[in-house]
Formats: sequence, structure tokens, C-alpha cells
Amino acid sequence: MELLTNQVLAGIATGAIYACMALAVVMIYEAIDHLNFAQGEMAMFSTFIAWQFIEWGVPYWGAFAASVLISFIGGVIIERALFRPLATASILVQIAGFIALFYIINSSAGLIWDFSIKSFPSPFGSAPFLGSQLISDHQAGMFFVTLILLGLLYFFFRFTRIGLAMRAAATLPESARLVGINVGWMIALGWGLASAIGAVAGIMIAPVVFLEPNMMAGVLLYGFVGAVLGGLSSPAGAVAGGFMVGVLENLAGTYIPGVGNELKLPIALAMIVAVLVFRPTGLFGRPQVQRV
Amino acid sequence: MSDFLSVANLRSYYGQIQALHGIDFGLAEGSVTTLLGANGAGKTTTLRAICGMVRSTGKIEFDGRSLIGLSTEAIVKLGIAHVPQGRGTFTRMNVEENLQLGAITRPGKAAIASDIERMYALFPVLKERRLQQAGLLSGGEQQMLAVARALMLRPRLLLLDEPSFGLAPLVVRELFKTLTKINRDEKTTILVVEQNAQLALELANTAYVIETGQIVKSGPADEIANNEDIRKSYLGY
Repeated sequence: MELLTNQVLAGIATGAIYACMALAVVMIYEAIDHLNFAQGEMAMFSTFIAWQFIEWGVPYWGAFAASVLISFIGGVIIERALFRPLATASILVQIAGFIALFYIINSSAGLIWDFSIKSFPSPFGSAPFLGSQLISDHQAGMFFVTLILLGLLYFFFRFTRIGLAMRAAATLPESARLVGINVGWMIALGWGLASAIGAVAGIMIAPVVFLEPNMMAGVLLYGFVGAVLGGLSSPAGAVAGGFMVGVLENLAGTYIPGVGNELKLPIALAMIVAVLVFRPTGLFGRPQVQRV
Repeated sequence: MSDFLSVANLRSYYGQIQALHGIDFGLAEGSVTTLLGANGAGKTTTLRAICGMVRSTGKIEFDGRSLIGLSTEAIVKLGIAHVPQGRGTFTRMNVEENLQLGAITRPGKAAIASDIERMYALFPVLKERRLQQAGLLSGGEQQMLAVARALMLRPRLLLLDEPSFGLAPLVVRELFKTLTKINRDEKTTILVVEQNAQLALELANTAYVIETGQIVKSGPADEIANNEDIRKSYLGY
């Protein structure tokens, strides 16, 4: 029983990170109808920026805030400079753009900070959380940080005018223009937010997976699985999907004989296939209906 | 006479295809004008051209300002609200959020809140459904919501693209009564595109008949309505 509770709680903690990545992916997907393959690399770069600030002697939370802010601006710039000109290009061109961005960021990080594995500090420490053996302080901390982040985002999109305008621009760009919304800037703002969310996820997971240019590859993959599981058209569903993937991956690794750590990823990928076969829109997604 | 909206030699293009071949017309402030014509004549394109949604050349002047080359959102901010074909409802948001979006460019929370109440008075059914998802409304309710959303801008010019499309005759009557009221009480200038010519001619003061991207007839609405030839050859009733 304790093993089960332990695995579920640990799963929820890493699931929080997957939920963040899933949300970042869905936000951009809603706006431009494509998956941003470079989302993880952007988050990795943000984490390196935070690490650099810490190396320079900036206090942890200062480095955290600086990295999130720089990531937000960077996300806006990437949209304006790279994807705005590609907006009307064919889908293959855009995918090529995403892949290029992936390797540019990955290699730049390797060039600047080299490919050696670095440890990343945790502001919460790794002592057992509240003296229990179930999860560590860091796992609990990253869960609460992402929970606060998700709460803020919910408030922003639900109750502010700019959040409303961003939702309108992402779902129905033509109607949004007709009420006077500058759709281009709303999409850029969405990129900024997605990039900032990624930064939080990267910084929080770095003490667990360690810092190196490929640190986010697996995390982003789980984020994709969460997004597909929950539904690419549903931000709340993607968040729920992220948590579910975190828990399921841990339970499968513990309880299904022969799975272990090595087979966790294939299990996650099998989940994508299974969901797509039985519910192509994801658990909480809605079918795209088009009036013709 | 200097028109509130004046359109001259308007040519619009979808890619290589030219949809409008030199349209000329004008609206007086406070008037109701209708553009009539068959499917594919260029009525919708004319409205889209005014809102900067299709590549166009020629002259479009609104209250002395040229609209050619302006972005759609900039044109909307000048006070032109457009109820598009298909209504453009934000189906995944609730009724009240749709109304909020109509006023998204306006400052002042209190004024917006009081305008939302005004819309509920104008269209009581929207009040009953204020927290319902807009996509679940009936066609007629969605059309009312689309008009209300456009009015939330406090527009000086209201463009309506086939407001009667797909609605039951009774609902259409009610909607057109409300439009008449809006024009009378708030002095909102209205340009309405319709296939239901009879109805549009009752609402409008002035009418233009458009065929294959050109204006072929124009005049006071009652004259057009009483002209047997025009009715038979262009309006089909």
C-alpha cells in the first residue's frame, strides 16, 4: 500500500511537469494548428539561462524570475521573427521550421554551456516531505509551484480581458479580427506565455533529470502524450492528461513485470496510439466540426 | 453630397480571381442601405472589402478617412462593426463572453457592463442564456447574439451579411424590427446585404442591385420595390 501511495504521489509530482509542457504545447497548437517540436528545447534553454544566473551569484528565485521573463520575451521574438513569416507557408515548411529551431537551440546550448551533465539546485532541498518517506521536499515543491502557475493561468484566461482576447484569437481568428483584436500579437503573446510556462517546467524538473542540452527530450514526449491523451483542443484536458501520464508511467514501471525504467517510454507512446484509435479527439477534446 | 461611407471604383481579388469589377455607391449618415443580388454577385465581397478582409483597389472612404490598406482590426476601431455570414459566433464561449468580446476595443468597465444590460433588454432571450455556451443556441438566437456583439462596439456603421439566412420567417420579422429600432433610436447607419429582397427593401431607405461584381441599378428602396422590371430580372419575386 505504501508503495502504491508513493508511486502515485511521485507520479503526480512529475505529472505536474508533464502537465505544464502539455499546456504549452496545446496553447501553441490552438493558435497555429501545429505542434511545436522545439517546445522542450526552448524550456531547456530557459533552464540554462536560470543556471547561468545562479552561477553568477543571483539568488535562486531571482534567477527563476529572470529566466521566466527572458523566456517570455524570447518566445514572442521567435514567433515574430520566425513563425510570423511562415504563417501562410505549407505545413511541411512549418514543420521544417520547427525542426530547424529544435536543432539550433539544442546546438547553441551545447556550444555555450557544453554537453556535460550539470547538477541543478533545488530551492526546496531533497529531504523527505514533512518527514514522510513518500515524496521528497523537491517533489512536493515542484508540484505546488506548477499548481500556482496553473491557477494563475486559469485566472488569466478566464477573468481578464486580454485572456479573453487571446482565447478568441486562437479559436476563431477571423471573428476575433472583426471585433478589433490584433490576432498576430495575441499569437505572439501565446508563444511568450508558452515559452515562460516551459521555463518553469524546465527549472523545476532540472534537479531531477539533471541539466544538459537533451534533458527535455523525454519530458516533452510525455508532455505530448499528456496533450494527446487529454485532447489537443482542450487546455484543461491537456493538464489532466499530463498528470495522468505521470501517474500511469510510474504505476506501469512498478507493477507490470518486465517494464521497469527502460520500458516506461514505450508504454507512454502506446498510450498515444491507444487513445488515438479509440478517441481521436482525446479524452476531453471535442471534434472539430466545420460547417461547409 | 459628401457621403458617410463612399465607395468608388472598388475592385477586389481572391488570389488571381477578380470578384468586384468597379463598384460605386455611397451611404448617408443615419440611413439604412441594402445591397441586393443573386448568389455570387459580389455582395459579401463588398462587405469584406470594406473591412479590409480581401485585397482591394479603388476608393473606400469612411467619414473622410481612406480604409484601403488598413488592417481589419484598425477599421473596426474606427467604429465599423461587421456581422459576417455564418455569424462568426465564438461557439466555445458563453453568451456574456461573446458580448464582452464585442466591446474588447473599448475602455471603461462600467460602460461595457451597462451596454451588456442594454443588449439583454433588446434581446431578452440572451439574458436567459447568458452563461450558456454560444454554440448551443438556436440559429435565431445566435443571429441575435451576433447583432448584439456587433452593437457592443457602439458602431457608427453596422454591416450585416445575410442576417435572415437560415432563420424561420417569424424570427426574421422580429430581428428586422429590432434593426429598425436600432437605426431609429441610436442613429446607427446600417448596410445590409440580403437575398431576401422583399424584406430588405422594407427595412432600407436606399437600395443597390449588384450583378457579377458591378452595380446595375440603384435608387430609393420603395422605387426599386415597385419597379416590376427590376424585381423580375434581378430580385426574383
